[in-house]
Amino acid sequence: MDPRRLQPGQIVAIARKEFRDRLRSRWVLAVAVVLTVFALVIAYFGAAQQGAIGFKGIELTIASLVSLVIYLVPLIALILGYDAIVGERERGSLDLLLSLPLTRLELLLGKYLGLAAALAFATVAGFGLVGVALSYGIGLTGLLDYAGFILSTLLMGLAFLSLALLLSVLAASKVVASGAAIALWFLYVLIYDLMLVGILVATEGQYVGSLFPLLLLLNPADIFRILNIFSLEEVKSLYGLATVFPATLASPWLLGGAMLFWILAPLALAYVRFRKLS
Amino acid sequence: MNRSAIDVRGVAKRFGEVHAVDGVDLAVREGELFGLIGHNGAGKSTLFKMMLGLLTPDRGSLEVLGEPVGGARFRETRRRIAYLPENVVFYDNLSGHETLRFFAELKGADPRECQPLLVKLGLEAAAQRPVRGYSKGMRQRLGFAQALLGSPQLLFLDEPTIGLDPEGIREFYRILAELKAQGVTVLLSSHHLAEIQERVDRLALMRLGRIQALGTVQALREELRLPLRIEVSLRPETGEHLRRALAPFPDFEVRVDGARGTIVCARGRKMAVLVALTALPDTVTDIRVREPSLEDVFLGYTEH
Repeated sequence: MDPRRLQPGQIVAIARKEFRDRLRSRWVLAVAVVLTVFALVIAYFGAAQQGAIGFKGIELTIASLVSLVIYLVPLIALILGYDAIVGERERGSLDLLLSLPLTRLELLLGKYLGLAAALAFATVAGFGLVGVALSYGIGLTGLLDYAGFILSTLLMGLAFLSLALLLSVLAASKVVASGAAIALWFLYVLIYDLMLVGILVATEGQYVGSLFPLLLLLNPADIFRILNIFSLEEVKSLYGLATVFPATLASPWLLGGAMLFWILAPLALAYVRFRKLS
Repeated sequence: MNRSAIDVRGVAKRFGEVHAVDGVDLAVREGELFGLIGHNGAGKSTLFKMMLGLLTPDRGSLEVLGEPVGGARFRETRRRIAYLPENVVFYDNLSGHETLRFFAELKGADPRECQPLLVKLGLEAAAQRPVRGYSKGMRQRLGFAQALLGSPQLLFLDEPTIGLDPEGIREFYRILAELKAQGVTVLLSSHHLAEIQERVDRLALMRLGRIQALGTVQALREELRLPLRIEVSLRPETGEHLRRALAPFPDFEVRVDGARGTIVCARGRKMAVLVALTALPDTVTDIRVREPSLEDVFLGYTEH
């Protein structure tokens, strides 16, 4: 047997420890509760700006949830993963782990999968509960839309978790990693779109007009937004984005593929760096 | 001649301008209890990490249990070695027992080993509690238990007794003696010389990334020709008697301070001093011979 071959047992051992740790620290519970409460409040009050309260249909609820989740989930995922490797390094346990019959790839994958499981569990539990509460009034299509929303939320979370792991490999200390995580959150969630719109306005759309959709794909938070908006007819019109984002690029498969890229690429980069670092 | 459990040849590692390890040759025999002594920053931990394949040396070669470190088959070798890093902190939310289970799984050790090891290291009562609440000594014991999982043939222990109380230290060396009886090789590092000098088979003194001296404690003492100190208790007002009695031996250095006298001489002159002193029953009431400690050896080597 090739000793460098990936041994699934080792990955599972790391993943299980990581998941148990987050469960034990009540991290999973806290995130699930926060998501449940927000989702319930939004389902009920989401349309208040339009002068009405009460549940106004699943599409509007999802639209409101999207604008909440786009802030919250990247932050949660970054906080979850920023210290994955650098934390072990600071504790002194990284050397111990690497002295075992465990490769760096197995360690990295185990970390990612364990944290991803914690994130998925919290997300599905939190939003799933609300889904059950809503299910009596929304019909099968509504339920499918809502399931799609949960899935896309999860994908976005996994993408930011992957970025967080990359930071945790690159950063020299936990403090640096947490600073970088917050900076990344600001960049992708707050600044990126503003910057794009700014450029678009400043150049009157001349140069970046055709590039614009591609630039949106460079931000996993934007991919998440587009994924959700285009799947909801009623909501599309609420957003101006449909006018700048061509329908040909809005295929869920293409967007899903872009998201998958954001999950795999940072992780792959993290491995390349981790293998070289000592 | 025993086979080597660890074979290090011409190994060097630099971090920027710092030569952390600067050309080290070292062979630790199978079944040996070997001490690596040096101040903080002498290069002990760096050397450990290279032996474990955690750091790649800039030059030189390392073999552990007959396998080149970091080679294709070294992963299998890792199953037969154990490591206790300096100042390791475990996972706050896992209990002591869960921590051991986790490491047993990664090492491919039988999980049924965990409970007896916790008992052996006096952690039975705390086994189900989260590590968060463990004292420094308890964490260190847990780290040692971790190292013993899977019956390794070779142990790397980096400053293993830091944080242990005297009872814990005694217990630690008792377990090491047990391992030695089973033929296990142990390499441990320390900057606490007095503690390990009588407990290891051989030791190496490390300074500024180099091995300054290597051998048994006895061999190092003799090699250095450190003088003996013989301390005597005197009856009141008898200091002059002592000086006079020892005057025929100009190579003895005699000092008197009230009721205490000190004679410094070469090791080979020990019996001559003792014979001279036993002839003074009215002057000398007690005699203590101070062997030069490894501390003296260590300081002797590191001062120049």
